[in-house]
Amino acid sequence: MAAPIDRMGLLLVILLPVLFSISHAVDRSNFKTCDKSAFCKRQRDVKPGQSPYRALLETLELSNTRLTLQLINDNNKVRLLLELYRLQGNMTRVKINELKPLKPRYEVPDVLVKDPPTEPLSVLDRDENGVVLSLGADSQRLIISARPFRLDIVDGPNVLLSINSRGLLVFEQLRLRKDTKSETDSEGGEDVEQNVAEKGEEEEEAKEEEDQPGMWEETFKSHSDGKPNGPTSISLDFSFPGVEHVYGIPEHADTLKLKSTEGGDPYRLYNLDVFQYELNNPMALYGAVPVLLSHTAERTMGIFWLNAAETWVDIGSSASVQGGSEKSQTDVRWISESGIIDVFVMLGPRPTDVFSQYASLTGTQSFPPLAALAYHQCRWNYNDQEDVKAVDDGFDEHDIPYDFIWLDIEHTDGKRYFTWDPLKFSQPREMLQNLMDKKRKMVTIVDPHIKVDSGYKIHKEISSKGFYIKNKDGGDYEGWCWPGNAGYPDFTKPEMRAWWASMFAYDQYEGSMENLYTWNDMNEPSVFNGPEVTMHKDAVHGAWEHRDVHNLYGFYVQMATAQGLIQRSGGVERPFVLTRAFFAGSQRYGAVWTGDNAAEWGHLKMSIPMCLSLGLVGISFCGADVGGFFKTPSPELLVRWYQAGAYQPFFRAHAHLDTPRREPWLFGPENTALIREAVRQRYTLLPYWYQLFYHAHRTGQPVMRPLWVEYPENAATFAIEDEFLLGKDLLVHPVTDEGSRGVTAYLPGDGEVWYDVHTYKKHQGNQNLYIPVTMNSIPVFQRGGSVISRKERVRRSSLCMQDDPYTLYVAVSAQGTAEGELYIDDGHTFNYEKQQFIHRRLTFAEGTLSSSNLSPDSQFSTASWIERVVFMGVTKPNTATLRTADGSESALEFEFDPSSELLSLRKPGVNAGAEWTIQLR
Amino acid sequence: MSCAYLLLGISICVSFANAVEVQRPRGVPLSKRQFYEENKPFTCLDGSRTIPFDRVNDDYCDCKDGSDEPGTAACPNGSFHCTNAGYKPTFIPSSRINDGICDCCDTTDEYNSGASCQNTCREMGRQERETLQKLAEIAKEGFLLKQQLITEAKKQHEEKQGKITEMQTNRRTMEEKVEALRTVKEVAEQPEKEAKESHLKAWEDQKAIIQAEKEKAKMAEAFLELDDDADGYVSVAELQSHMELDPDSDGALTDAEAQVLLGGSDKVDTSSFESAWDNIKDKYISEAQADSAAVDPPAEDNRPPVPDNEPYHDDEPVDEDDENEDDDEDDDYPEEDSDKPIPSVHTPEKNEQDEEAMPPYDAQTQTLIDAAQKTRDDFDEAERALREVDDQIKSIEKELSFDFGPSGEFTYLYSQCYELPTSEYIYRLCPFNRVSQKPKYGGSETNLGSWGSWAGSEDSKYMVMKYEHGTGCWQGPNRSTTVKLICGKETVVLSTSEPSRCEYQMEFTTPAVCQEPVSPDAGLHTEL
Repeated sequence: MAAPIDRMGLLLVILLPVLFSISHAVDRSNFKTCDKSAFCKRQRDVKPGQSPYRALLETLELSNTRLTLQLINDNNKVRLLLELYRLQGNMTRVKINELKPLKPRYEVPDVLVKDPPTEPLSVLDRDENGVVLSLGADSQRLIISARPFRLDIVDGPNVLLSINSRGLLVFEQLRLRKDTKSETDSEGGEDVEQNVAEKGEEEEEAKEEEDQPGMWEETFKSHSDGKPNGPTSISLDFSFPGVEHVYGIPEHADTLKLKSTEGGDPYRLYNLDVFQYELNNPMALYGAVPVLLSHTAERTMGIFWLNAAETWVDIGSSASVQGGSEKSQTDVRWISESGIIDVFVMLGPRPTDVFSQYASLTGTQSFPPLAALAYHQCRWNYNDQEDVKAVDDGFDEHDIPYDFIWLDIEHTDGKRYFTWDPLKFSQPREMLQNLMDKKRKMVTIVDPHIKVDSGYKIHKEISSKGFYIKNKDGGDYEGWCWPGNAGYPDFTKPEMRAWWASMFAYDQYEGSMENLYTWNDMNEPSVFNGPEVTMHKDAVHGAWEHRDVHNLYGFYVQMATAQGLIQRSGGVERPFVLTRAFFAGSQRYGAVWTGDNAAEWGHLKMSIPMCLSLGLVGISFCGADVGGFFKTPSPELLVRWYQAGAYQPFFRAHAHLDTPRREPWLFGPENTALIREAVRQRYTLLPYWYQLFYHAHRTGQPVMRPLWVEYPENAATFAIEDEFLLGKDLLVHPVTDEGSRGVTAYLPGDGEVWYDVHTYKKHQGNQNLYIPVTMNSIPVFQRGGSVISRKERVRRSSLCMQDDPYTLYVAVSAQGTAEGELYIDDGHTFNYEKQQFIHRRLTFAEGTLSSSNLSPDSQFSTASWIERVVFMGVTKPNTATLRTADGSESALEFEFDPSSELLSLRKPGVNAGAEWTIQLR
Repeated sequence: MSCAYLLLGISICVSFANAVEVQRPRGVPLSKRQFYEENKPFTCLDGSRTIPFDRVNDDYCDCKDGSDEPGTAACPNGSFHCTNAGYKPTFIPSSRINDGICDCCDTTDEYNSGASCQNTCREMGRQERETLQKLAEIAKEGFLLKQQLITEAKKQHEEKQGKITEMQTNRRTMEEKVEALRTVKEVAEQPEKEAKESHLKAWEDQKAIIQAEKEKAKMAEAFLELDDDADGYVSVAELQSHMELDPDSDGALTDAEAQVLLGGSDKVDTSSFESAWDNIKDKYISEAQADSAAVDPPAEDNRPPVPDNEPYHDDEPVDEDDENEDDDEDDDYPEEDSDKPIPSVHTPEKNEQDEEAMPPYDAQTQTLIDAAQKTRDDFDEAERALREVDDQIKSIEKELSFDFGPSGEFTYLYSQCYELPTSEYIYRLCPFNRVSQKPKYGGSETNLGSWGSWAGSEDSKYMVMKYEHGTGCWQGPNRSTTVKLICGKETVVLSTSEPSRCEYQMEFTTPAVCQEPVSPDAGLHTEL
């Protein structure tokens, strides 16, 4: 939605002319570089070399599932505790914490869906130099080297991953501030002595560590960060021999394949409200998922760095020698400001394995209501109820389907969330009922900054329950946001989240109805007058500092909101919540979007790698503001963006308050027709989208995939980011250039064939195909060997299409086969968890297409039937015979177009949930 | 699943008592009935193919143009005809058939969806008729008003045209008069100028004489002052008491220097002092003057004091094309003085530089001046009158240049303003001029656009007004306003909105857009 400067508009200009400068591009000076972030600078100044850490093998303890071992820093004699786990599903967990921290260090809760189940570890070999552990039955082993400490995960003769091989393990231990030591010495003396005594066996005394700048306080611009705990940062390096391609660690407006950060800033993970973000740089954006994937033709792996503090990731490459030959190697170094080292190494080996492994840790994409996969119409702001009605009518008048209309912050009574502007939205239920009568829905924004106003119920309750985040002096933390002075509820508190969830009950959120859903914006959290437009790090969340939990805040906001939507329906209905800030695990609570982009071709292009990167780390329900949020798109850009957005998971048009209106029919009949067609294509494919999301929900496989995920051995695909796959069967190459006359799409797969979904023309795989384009072109190809279900009776909303029949598109492979799935349920409840759904497998082989049950235990009935079957790439049959479950046979009429090898079977008429076969002879 | 045929029992308006039964496939309008003949092969309306009749409305799309499925949602481009007996027949996209939403008021679109639709055609027809009736009444009255407006505008236009012609005639007369008066003025100014000049010259001659006498007196006085011992000579020593006379300003007036000043002598008498006086008079400070500041009182002056500066003509709210500045000076003084402190005391230095006031003109000169002044005044008056007429002509011409509609029906809006208060602002529309917005509770007015043009679509150009180039928006465009005109008996701003930032919309009723009413039932007919 928005960054502060613009949104506060004149108010801010009048009130705070000095604090905010008016600018049209990102003001980089508002955000830290690594140099300006004391711990990052400190850590980055540590150069690779001999690690001061040594494993004390004599302290090794091995239980069935856990190995512990102490590490000692030979410079300062501080001891760390290393924990190693072998996890089910081919993962290794490496945890490092201080052996005896002065007080507990933060360990991220609530992100893992459960304690990851472990598998037995066994010692294969052991001497004074190290220990070799078995990682399961195959040839994978984990080698612990003692001096210096290092871990290597090997598979046979190949090193897959080395940890601390560059000696960049740094663990800043909690310490007492020197100038306060004399006071505390008397109290803490005993402990200190004890510590010294324990270390007594070490020959040398620990060297006194010098304080460095920024350890105990830090100032950025006018903001000072008092650091009561002193330096607490951590760092660890990982090297991937033979790896040239790494991906992930969103959110950055940058390429899909991560770039080397040598000579520049590291990729930064720190949830921030960035006003008019720039493309192609590693600056932090709204969300953070500390997961990195490595990929080679042989193996895909992942690292999940479970830490919610400000984090920087350096990526470099070097040469490694393996098996006698020199190979390139990718070096990754993680640096976080606080917490502990808690790393999950996902060993693949295939991309799908890594997705399942990561899903087993943090969960899968929530299964959205079907309607949420349809088209969303948003604008900051639809002015009033009449405006909403006019836009709603406009869609009908122009015969463009849509499912959701959105209301941004102006719908509230003075930016008090959970309320309605008494003049402009005086009858919200009437408005919602009108939408419901057309089987449409609405989303209102509910942000986590709460106006400090004693007359505002939400504020009063949060304040009286003590649920606000505190400032370092113990008072309620207050900052500036849309409503002016605002408090920020402490969503890390379970009681707070439960209370928040209860606010979505129909009798609490006045005017709400079952077709009203929620949008959480500004949940980085955005604090206009805070450092880097966010919260002071020394703000207090119970026992922890904001520093420790920062990147989790948005995750918790969405979690609590989704919980609220579930609860209000008594646990029956699936929620739909959009969030701007996110963390690992956010996929469990709804959708994300790429924040406040701009109406520029570059931003349209960037929407692809940004959503692909999110998909790789579990967040499938991703989209960019269609049309671009800031600035005004040309009609051509708007049309192209609709065409691209129609094939991206979250499909929502949005616009800034200061831009001219851009509902689809405002740019002349030709553009209206182009946009209508793009949106209609989306609606016809909803069954496929729904099935992909069901699949993502069940298995953790991404919906929108880079080509390399499906063609992992094909190096030509590794850096492709101007096209993508939906599932594995649709390849989309949106037109993202102004005045484009054609695009070159890479069609992967040696021996595979691809069919243009518009012309049905067949193309061979493993080629660069030039496709001439006009304004109505959306280059999309269906993979030969697939069956995709569509609903071709596009109506004004997805719910209107619920009982409509399906058309099956059978794209035959070079081998004459095809396979696909059809998933059907009620589209909006959790009843699918009670096996109330239809899941069919559609197989075509040897001239016979058959529908078989993929889930015999489930039960659901649908009114939908099969109205047509379209075969691509077949020869003309003599007959087409339908055989139903009761054994009866009937001949189907068909049409055949020999030039395109297109066969269309007329009206099989069988129920979509039924057992049947169609035989072509 | 499909009911290929529907018996349409259509009872038209209540007034038509005869129920007529017409058989045709569902969704087909009467006008196309002949293409759907029962039990005969059906040819798609685009002629693309022919299919057995039982495939019409069989819920499968066979025709590319959708014509085989007028009553089902099978074709993506089909349309369904609702008869809507009692109301208006209409076509809806066939995607709205059986989607659970009641679109046709006769409920015929939801025949198999389970939606419980009420037939609302009669009620809607009644409402529509009432509305139309009302609109027609308004239109009727509005149209009458419009005729009056047109007549009025025509009259006004003619009047204005007439006035302009008349004024232009007048103008010519006036122009001639101005020219004549200019000549008279110039004739009268010639002797005035000569008399003034001779008067001035006489005064200057006299001044020179007076000056010389003054000088002499001063010298004599100085001699007496310098001659301290009153011996009738001014000596070197006596001169040396006047240090200000030191020629090299070295702080000492030496004997030699004094001697030089005295013309080489040790002392001089009254007569030879004259040449010495020339040497010293510039520096000489009278002893009396050095002692006190006593001076002569300022010269008597009947005229108000002359301010130091030239009068600021610019400051005055006078016509910009005012050219005869030379005459203004006398008039200007009092006004000028009102915002400047009048110097009450002339400083001695200033006074010394001042000339003594010129004596009043002699009677003869004054007579010439007065005569000339009268011609000037007459000329100014005539010229001023001419300018006024020019302005009036310009203003009328401007008004006549506006496009007040095909028959001038919008003329009456000219130079009027209409306001609409909302909860926050007062909106003000001054047609053909500007639109503005003023906060209700203090704050300055914002310009929402100045008259731009008529901006309706081709056939209804005069239904929309566009006001442009208003106050710039922060980070946005200049404000602009689109005014939609609606037929009404009264001239009122009906509503305002800001659908897009800084793009305003107003609805404005006026009889000027009322169309001649057609019969009220024309919009409502029912199909047989």
